[in-house]
Amino acid sequence: MVHVSYYLALSAILFSCGVLGFLIKRNIITIFMSIELMLNAVNLSFVAFASYWHALSGQVFVFFVMVVAAAEASVGLAIIIAVFRTRETLNPDRVNLLKL
Amino acid sequence: MQNWHLWLVPLLPLVGCAINGLLGRRFSHGVIKAIALGFPGLSMVWAWYIALSAQLPYIEDHFTWIRAGNFSVDFAFQLDQLSLVMMLVVTTVGFLIHIYATGYMEHEGGYYRFFSYLNLFMFFMLMLVLADNYLMMFVGWEGVGLASYLLIGFFFLRDSAAAAGKKAFIVNRIGDFSFLIALFLLIQHFGTLKYTEVFEKISHLPAETTGIGLLTIIGLCMLGGATGKSAQIPLYVWLPDAMEGPTPVSALIHAATMVTAGVYMVCRSHAVFDRAPTALMVVAIIGTLTAFFAATIAVTQHDIKRVLAYSTVSQLGYMFAAAGVAAYSAAMFHLMTHAFFKALLFLAAGSVIHGLSGEQDMRKMGGLRKDLPWTFWTMTMATLAISGMPFFSGFFSKDMILFNTFTSPFGSKWFWGILLFTAFLTAFYMFRQWFLTFFGEFRGKPAEVHGGHHEHQGQEKHGHHGHAHESPMVMVLPLAALAILSVVGGLVGVPGHDSFGKFLAPVFSQYSEGLPAAAVSGGETAAEAPAGAEHAAPATHHEDESLEYTLMGMAICTFLLGVGLAWYLYVKRPDLPGKIAGNLRGLHHAVENKYFVDEFYGAVIVQPLIKGSTFILWKTIDAALIDGTVNETAHAAGDVSNQFRKMQSGNMRSYAGWVALGAAAVIVFMVWMRGAR
Repeated sequence: MVHVSYYLALSAILFSCGVLGFLIKRNIITIFMSIELMLNAVNLSFVAFASYWHALSGQVFVFFVMVVAAAEASVGLAIIIAVFRTRETLNPDRVNLLKL
Repeated sequence: MQNWHLWLVPLLPLVGCAINGLLGRRFSHGVIKAIALGFPGLSMVWAWYIALSAQLPYIEDHFTWIRAGNFSVDFAFQLDQLSLVMMLVVTTVGFLIHIYATGYMEHEGGYYRFFSYLNLFMFFMLMLVLADNYLMMFVGWEGVGLASYLLIGFFFLRDSAAAAGKKAFIVNRIGDFSFLIALFLLIQHFGTLKYTEVFEKISHLPAETTGIGLLTIIGLCMLGGATGKSAQIPLYVWLPDAMEGPTPVSALIHAATMVTAGVYMVCRSHAVFDRAPTALMVVAIIGTLTAFFAATIAVTQHDIKRVLAYSTVSQLGYMFAAAGVAAYSAAMFHLMTHAFFKALLFLAAGSVIHGLSGEQDMRKMGGLRKDLPWTFWTMTMATLAISGMPFFSGFFSKDMILFNTFTSPFGSKWFWGILLFTAFLTAFYMFRQWFLTFFGEFRGKPAEVHGGHHEHQGQEKHGHHGHAHESPMVMVLPLAALAILSVVGGLVGVPGHDSFGKFLAPVFSQYSEGLPAAAVSGGETAAEAPAGAEHAAPATHHEDESLEYTLMGMAICTFLLGVGLAWYLYVKRPDLPGKIAGNLRGLHHAVENKYFVDEFYGAVIVQPLIKGSTFILWKTIDAALIDGTVNETAHAAGDVSNQFRKMQSGNMRSYAGWVALGAAAVIVFMVWMRGAR
């Protein structure tokens, strides 16, 4: 039986990778993937705790997160495509029409 | 008890004030006149009706005005012998002056405004005298100050008039502050301001013969208020300047009624002063000194109204001196006769000014007795009355004051001596004015003297014939009525059977349990008044009488001396006054400039106040400290915001970074808290 701390450590590493990717990358697709990475890191800690505490609520939460992630992915990709069509770029810094 | 509707007396003039003040702009002069005269006239008629039929003392309680804890003030009127005298003087003299003013102000702008103010004054003055508690008196007290301010500054386009109005208002504020302190002390120690209750409580206190106790302090604070309102040393400086107002105003407010409010207040509070001999002495000293100094200044003035102004200050000094020797009925007697003859003097002076199209300088008058016969004869009556011509009103009242200062246990020969000398000065300066105005040759420029100088800018329409013209009938009639009053008004107080004193005795012998009898009633009546009766043996009564006739004889001598000197200097040898003034240049210069009191106050009080306000209060505290704090706070907020603004860069990744940092900070904080537990 692998101790829960290992799962948590892995989850923390994945989450940090997601954050770093979000901060560093300029391609909106990669940023999007980083967000998915963070969500799944959280999912991992949820299921780890669920098995550790023998409680189902953690696993239930994971399903909720997955649903939200799927919805977010579909909406987000739709926005990206719409933006790309008008601005012809994937760099979010260039999407600055509303800035002063 | 029958309801006499005493409230109508003060309220009727207020109605007149409201109608004229709110709607008068559209009315013709006739309508304004009818309203301005009608309401005070009704008020006067009602006052006389009540006076002749009501049972005294009469208290009319309308409603509770203020209630706070155990303290409450009623809106109530009180009519006793004292307020009755005041009420009749105010309504009667006031009404006569209103009549006069309708003629005098005919050619001035703001006709409706003038009468609105004048009626307002009547309202407040009647509130003052009819109040049954000190707070309502204070309302009237402040109100007459307001009306006085408005009317002094009536020709507000003239800078000097506006300044004089402000000066009167501010100087009065100083006195009012002192009066207010007295009221606070009364509330603190007696828990009420109602006359009857306050005096009832005070009457159980012993007289403060030694040291300074509560009653002495209250008395001195009241005196402070009275010096402001009644123009006594040290606050008299506003009254001469108040002559900037139209002459009827000077007659009504600054001679006959308002300025006597202080005397009325001291008399009303006699229960306090009876038990505070120190305060009484201060009243007498202030009164005597004021009488003397103001009279000396009056001798050197050239402006006909200023002579009368200083004369008013001086006569008010007499009243205070009388009140200060506990001869309250003598003070009230002089108040009444003074209201008659001084109002008449002012109105007659106004008639002279009117006749000369605004000329006020006596050096440019002279020989007017043929041109202004009515004015001349009425003014002669008033001059004789104020100077103390035997059997004129002023003679009896002044004589009673002199007698009381000599014989009262609170009096002294010093007071008597100074006041006697002042009586000589009074006769002198009054006859100086009389001779300068009406005798000799006319010294003004003939015909068109049209002073842009004064109030009569509108005079041009007034057809000129020769250099002076008699006033219209509407102005002459009040003069005649007041002249009759000035002549016979003193007969109510003929020595021997002083019916005026007897009439007032119920008021002034009240609340006097446990006091030495002599302190009780207005001197002259001491022998007759119930409280003093058992103490005054018949023998002393006779001695008193012979003493009184001796003193009276001396007063007549001073009168003759004063008149004779004035005649010699201004009719027989008109060149002499200039020479005398030349020989006594320093003294004359000082007196002519009113002893430089205005300059002294200016240098010692006003200038430091202005400087202090400018440099300390304004520039340091307000501009630097308060504004500085506010501005610096705003600047600091701006600077900090400028820094924080940079967080909102619009860069998505930096926002994400801040979110990540914040989350990390929260995690660190939670872990750290966990460890701390």
